[in-house]
Amino acid sequence: MAYKNFALVCAGTGCHSTDGQEIYDNLIASAEKHGVSGDVQVVKTGCFGFCEQGPIVKVLPEESFYVKVKASDAEEIIAEHIVKGRAVDRLLYKEPGSKTAGKIEDMGFYQKQLRIVLRNCGLINPENIEEYIAREGYQALGKVLTEMSREDVINELKTSALRGRGGAGFPTWMKWNFTKQIDGVDKKFVVCNADEGDPGAYMDRSTLEGDPHSVMEAMAIAAYTIGATQGYIYIRAEYPLAIERLEIAMKQAREFGLLGDNILGTDFSFDIEIRLGAGAFVCGEETALLASIEGERGIPRPRPPFPAVKGLWGRPTLINNVETFANIPMIILKGGAWFASIGTADSKGTKVFALTGKINNSGLIEVPMGTTLREIIYDIGGGIPNGKKFKAVQSGGPSGGMLTAEHLDTPIDYAGLQALGSMMGSGGLIVMDEDDCIVDVVRFYLEFAVDESCGKCSPCRIGGRKLLNIVERMTAGTATEKDLENIEEISDAMKKASLCGLGQTTPNPTLSLIRYFKDEMLAHVHDSSCPAGKCKDLVKYTIDAEKCIGCTLCARRCPVPCISGGKREAHVIDQDACIKCGECYTACKFDAVKKG
Amino acid sequence: MADEKLLPMSEGLVAFITEWKKKPGNLIMVLHKVQEEYGYIASEVAIEVSRMLEVPLAKIYGVATFYHLFTLKKPGKNKIAVCMGTACYLKGAQDLLDELDTILDCKAGEKTADDMFSITGVRCIGCCGLAPVLTINGKVYGNVKTDQLADLLAPFQNAK
Ligand SMILES: Cc1cc2nc3c(=O)[nH]c(=O)nc-3n(C[C@H](O)[C@H](O)[C@H](O)COP(=O)(O)O)c2cc1C
Ligand code: SF4
Ligand code: SF4
Ligand code: SF4
Ligand code: FES
Ligand code: FES
Repeated sequence: MAYKNFALVCAGTGCHSTDGQEIYDNLIASAEKHGVSGDVQVVKTGCFGFCEQGPIVKVLPEESFYVKVKASDAEEIIAEHIVKGRAVDRLLYKEPGSKTAGKIEDMGFYQKQLRIVLRNCGLINPENIEEYIAREGYQALGKVLTEMSREDVINELKTSALRGRGGAGFPTWMKWNFTKQIDGVDKKFVVCNADEGDPGAYMDRSTLEGDPHSVMEAMAIAAYTIGATQGYIYIRAEYPLAIERLEIAMKQAREFGLLGDNILGTDFSFDIEIRLGAGAFVCGEETALLASIEGERGIPRPRPPFPAVKGLWGRPTLINNVETFANIPMIILKGGAWFASIGTADSKGTKVFALTGKINNSGLIEVPMGTTLREIIYDIGGGIPNGKKFKAVQSGGPSGGMLTAEHLDTPIDYAGLQALGSMMGSGGLIVMDEDDCIVDVVRFYLEFAVDESCGKCSPCRIGGRKLLNIVERMTAGTATEKDLENIEEISDAMKKASLCGLGQTTPNPTLSLIRYFKDEMLAHVHDSSCPAGKCKDLVKYTIDAEKCIGCTLCARRCPVPCISGGKREAHVIDQDACIKCGECYTACKFDAVKKG
Repeated sequence: MADEKLLPMSEGLVAFITEWKKKPGNLIMVLHKVQEEYGYIASEVAIEVSRMLEVPLAKIYGVATFYHLFTLKKPGKNKIAVCMGTACYLKGAQDLLDELDTILDCKAGEKTADDMFSITGVRCIGCCGLAPVLTINGKVYGNVKTDQLADLLAPFQNAK
């Protein structure tokens, strides 16, 4: 039976959690009702990336890209598109300012993207191993097991120059080689880090939801290369859909002889188990992660010994990030030289980013290393909503730093970001506009870091708290010169003396604030004012007597209430009683309430 | 609350613990299962787990208190989780918490007096494209505005 059409329904978390499942069910029911079940195959796929416009349904072969689909639209898609062959125009994505729908490959959002890690996301059904196999799935594993020696694999990775995507950017081949070289042990382990703790990032989640086999295949390749027989995927419990897809994928791989004993008829045996995190950011750090898999509190251990020497239960352990693994099957199939031909001198291949915050096209993107921030924010991201001005983007989450308008043309790679005091991190890019107060955002990150510090070492435990207190004073308008002087000293001690990466990087957002937003910071310190009008303690609402027509609306809305004035009289706010809720500011239709 | 019967454990839970007992590093997986069944880690149940897995109760508490996801307190009938990840924070997650406090008189980390709702602030749930996001009993609501909250809660308030 040959299908005429394929309806791909996004089943990534963004779309799935809204209406995805119902859309899928309704498409199938409508197809049956119209007697076209044999013409259209309805398929659940991983995230298309354009989550902002979700839920998304893509119909092949016409490549119709339906966005913001509702469960009730399914009937029309079947009746019009499948039965009558007419696309449902009102649901088709149209570029801003355009009245007609263009081709998918011409969409600004996709044009500059290059998909290696996400090659199958949004294309195959992640719950069906045969679709992965049909797209060269498990061929890399087959090639490694039958044609390549363990050294060959290491050499291919070396040629590719792939670096770890979990944050630190360590050369992957070196890590594999260290672990491989350790002899005379009874067991070795391969661990996949799917903890993805950076709040505001979901690259790994989407990869696992959309293409779980690519990560499992790479783990098997790694196990063969270093000589391991058991693997673990450590994944956040907050990701139930990814966990479910992984479980299905593992079951199917075992049925196909791609996991378990004697894989593909060779004498190589390997299996994978899932272990769940429980909401502790520090468990993304590799030694804390190992402690957590062992069932202990997730407290980092001093390195050396590195996990490659003494990891899980004291055995040599290779730990890589989800995205690092997902690159590997393609490197094996297409060759390291192919991979190294993409990117910059310093960084090869692509990087997946979760583009979020104040951006029009929020979503999941994959671009070649060396793409500029401008291309990401304006060409792919479609710019800043509501005509606001771009202010900054935070890369690297709570461990990273800001990039500003002056960096828009910097090519993004490991070295470039580091030179600017930011970092690649795992791939969260959070865009801020003129309404966001950088001091407040830094306070947010510090609060996060202090909350997540495991408390084992004092530079992090005490230093983090002190930094937070200083920045809190800034947001309250009570910070002093002395506070400013102390920042550097505290940061220095934390960077040098903290045991793990969490404490070492906690000062980064604060240092970024000093480096790029000094004026905004000093306005808080010297003038007790918040230029963005975000820090509640520093905001003052006043009524302009010239503009106020005395409609009384603000007085009626004020929850305290602290606005006085009779009908058709200019109103006045009692500053001592005002709780700065901003109700009057939003309520006034005459622009008479001023914020500042 | 004390008269509520938590023990004996369900057959499924006993089977799960027996199965995982064989594997090293099982404690966190077992605690997840316990919390899935009861909604929290009750002390009677923790004692039973300690006996079955043959691990000291102190260790169970040590682990349960280290990880944010585990809770030793019984949650409300309906569980509201407001995402406090960066993307949601920038798009007004704090306003959602403030508004919830106004409507329900309940702050993050607390439970309403009638046990109907408990509110937690959680880290990114991976739907940042839909920020700000909250979940009620696991169902995700995206692009939530403060003035929609009352309507969103109404069906849960009435269904006693
Ligand atoms: C506080 C902290 C949190 C981390 N969180 C993660 C994470 O969520 N995911 C991840 O892959 N790596 C994380 N890392 C980095 C890991 O320690 C480790 O470097 C990485 O998993 C190695 O894999 P890679 O070489 O493939 O990047 C974190 C590090 C620190 C210090
Ligand atoms: S740096 Fe912070 S998180 Fe890391 S071990 Fe020290 S206290 Fe714990
Ligand atoms: S900000 Fe709020 S409390 Fe202050 S005057 Fe306006 S409405 Fe009243
Ligand atoms: S809402 Fe505006 S115009 Fe009306 S009384 Fe208040 S300040 Fe004056
Ligand atoms: S979750 Fe559907 S497009 Fe991202
Ligand atoms: S920051 Fe809220 S879902 Fe990611």
